[in-house]
Parts: sequence; structure tokens; C-alpha cells
Amino acid sequence: MNVELVFSLGLALLILTVAGFVIVTRGSFAAIVGFVAFGLTLSLAWMGLSAPDVALTEAALGGGVTGALLLGACARLRRASDVEETPGLVGRGAALVLCLGVTTGLVGVVLCLPDPAPTLAPVAKQSLASTGLGNAVTATLMVYRALDTMLEKVVLLLALVAVWSLAPDRFWGGRPVFGSRQEKGGPLIFLARVLIPIGVLVGIYLFWVGADAPGGAFAGGAIIGAMGILGFFAGVSAVPAVSAFRLRVALAAGVAFFLAVGLVGLAAGTGFLTYPENFAKPVIVLIEVAMTLSIGVTLALLVVGPPGESSGP
Amino acid sequence: MSIATVFGICAACLVGLGLYGLIVQPQPLRKILAFNILGGGIFLLFGAVARRGAAAGMGGDPVPQALVITGIVVAFSATALGVAILLRLFEETGGTSLRDTPKESQSQETNS
Repeated sequence: MNVELVFSLGLALLILTVAGFVIVTRGSFAAIVGFVAFGLTLSLAWMGLSAPDVALTEAALGGGVTGALLLGACARLRRASDVEETPGLVGRGAALVLCLGVTTGLVGVVLCLPDPAPTLAPVAKQSLASTGLGNAVTATLMVYRALDTMLEKVVLLLALVAVWSLAPDRFWGGRPVFGSRQEKGGPLIFLARVLIPIGVLVGIYLFWVGADAPGGAFAGGAIIGAMGILGFFAGVSAVPAVSAFRLRVALAAGVAFFLAVGLVGLAAGTGFLTYPENFAKPVIVLIEVAMTLSIGVTLALLVVGPPGESSGP
Repeated sequence: MSIATVFGICAACLVGLGLYGLIVQPQPLRKILAFNILGGGIFLLFGAVARRGAAAGMGGDPVPQALVITGIVVAFSATALGVAILLRLFEETGGTSLRDTPKESQSQETNS
């Protein structure tokens, strides 16, 4: 047994312990804090699986931004006074049997995976030179499976439209209300002023190196989005009204630019979402600039929620 | 036993844990948490498969990894939408119960 395997076993046990805590603990607040820890340990597992790009996205989104979203919801729901009864012993037993069955089945699948494993890695590597990129995961996201990535940006936008449409009619087009209305403490404002410039820089760096090293538009955008959330929460920057034109432009930039490049490829006769032969990389980086901006703004606004006051004077 | 197998089994257990929480926990916020753990398990299962596909000098198959990155972002949007619906429900009814109608009105409906 080598060291790496022992470390992986320990990490897997830790992940399961934290996940178990999140499921069974009584308080919602404790469960959410446990969930943030779960996201961070899970990103370590992604490192163990040699997937640093996924690890970065999981740490930034799965742990960080989701944690902020759920903590905000937990604070607002504190006044909820429903006494909900958990299912009885029979119900829980049936659920336990079902879940044990599902887990056993999946373990069986994991142990019976075909050997040698089917892989697209050689094919991905082969075409890597023609894209000008060095990171095969970024190449998959931006070139081989560009349509998936574009549609996934559309899903993000649709989710935001759905969240906004939950606002009462009288607030439509207004500003979301985020954080408490009380006087903000000095330390929070200080943290926001010190951390936001560094965080935005880290986000841009992650997107920029993503072409050749672990990183990419999703991890970078998530960190920029988190900085936006911190700015809104500390009151350093005002939450924009959802009807603001510049906000709409920032939200649509990623999909719009992606679509425009796709249509140019179609018009040039090479096909939808194909890149020009010799300068594929500059085009991809430009799309990623627009995408990082849109992802950051969309994620921050998804956390901030629907408009809660009219835009007014 | 390889590292991919260890995390594959871990992923299978996470799916089971998440599913259990989704069924047993009565509060919607806890159901959303459990749903995310279930999703994390499914992504990790993908990761184990990707790790097994290590070839051509790469630590893993990049295609499942890219799919998981896309999946994490979509899971987040779904979570944000779920939380927004839950908060609206709380604003409208003052509670977060998922039971659709009070027992009295339900029995009246069946009588009429």
C-alpha cells in the first residue's frame, strides 16, 4: 500500500463523515457550514483524481458561492416556525433500504468497470496543437464540446430569469435587497476593500492561465462573482437594479459573443462554432473574456436573488 | 485497489447518503443540501471514470472532467432557483412546509 492510496482512503472517509454530518445534524446552520467543508474536501478528492480544473471550480462554486447562497437563505428563514415531523421508523427504514440498494448497485458498477478503460484522452491530445491551447480540459470546453458550453451559459441566464420572475409585480425592474439593513461593521468593509482587488486579480489570472494550465473561465468567473457578492454584502458597491441596461449587456455578453462567433463560422462555410484555422486561440480567449464577465455577474446575481424593492427615484 | 476505485466507492456512498437525506429530511432547505450531496457523488463517480481513462501523458480523460465542470455550474443554478422559490414560499405563507393544503380544506374538497 503506497502513501497516495492511504491518503486517498483517509480523504474518502473524511468526505463521507462530513457528508453524513450534513445529512443527520439537527440545525440548518450547522448543516450548511458542514456543506461548505464538504465542498472543500471534495475539491481535495478532485486533486487526488488528477483533475485540478474541476477541483478549482468545485472549491469556488460548490463550497464557496453555494455556501453563501444557502447561509443567506438560512438567515432569512430563521423566523419560519413550522414543526415538521420526520418520517416514522418504517419510512426511514424503507428509505435506508432503498439507499443502501442504490449504493450497493453503484459500488458493483465501479468494481466491474471495463479494463482497459475507454478513453478519449489520446484523441483530445492529438487535436490539441490545432487549437493553440495547452489545457485539454479548456480545449474540450471551448472547442470539442463548444455547443455544450454555450448552452450551459444559456441555462445560467434562464435560471437568473426564473429567479427574477419570482419577484412580486410591484418590484419588477427594481433592486434586489441583500444583506441586513443595519450599520455595516468596519471590519467587513475593510475586508471587502482589501480582498476584492486581490480576488478580482486572482479571478482574471485563473481565466488567463486556463488556456495552458489548470484554471479557466468557470473558476475565474466564480471567484469574480464571489468578490461581487462580498462587495454587495459589505455595502461597498450597490446592487444594480435588474432593469439596468449595462447589467443586461454584461449578462448577455458571453452567450452573444459565443453565438456571434458560431454564426460567423456558419457563414464562412466551415460549420457552426468552428474557429478560423490560424488564429483559433485569440478568438477562444476573446470568447472566454466575455464568458468570464457574464459568469461572474450571473453567479453574483443568482446569490443576491430577485428584486425586493422598486427602483424608484 | 486503485485511487479511482477508492473515490468511486466513496462516490457511490455519497449518492446513497444524499438520496437518504432527500427522502428523510422534511425541511426544504435540508432537501436542497442533500440534493447537492447527491449531485457531488454523481460528479465524483464521473471523476473516477475519468481517472481510469488516464492516457497520452494526461492524468485523466479530459472529456468527463469538462462535463463535470459544466455540471457543477448547472447544479449551482438549479440550487439558486430552488432557494429563490423556497424564499418566495416563505414570504407568501410565512412557513416553509411542503404540504400543499391544510388537512381541513383537503377533507372539504373530498366531501364536495
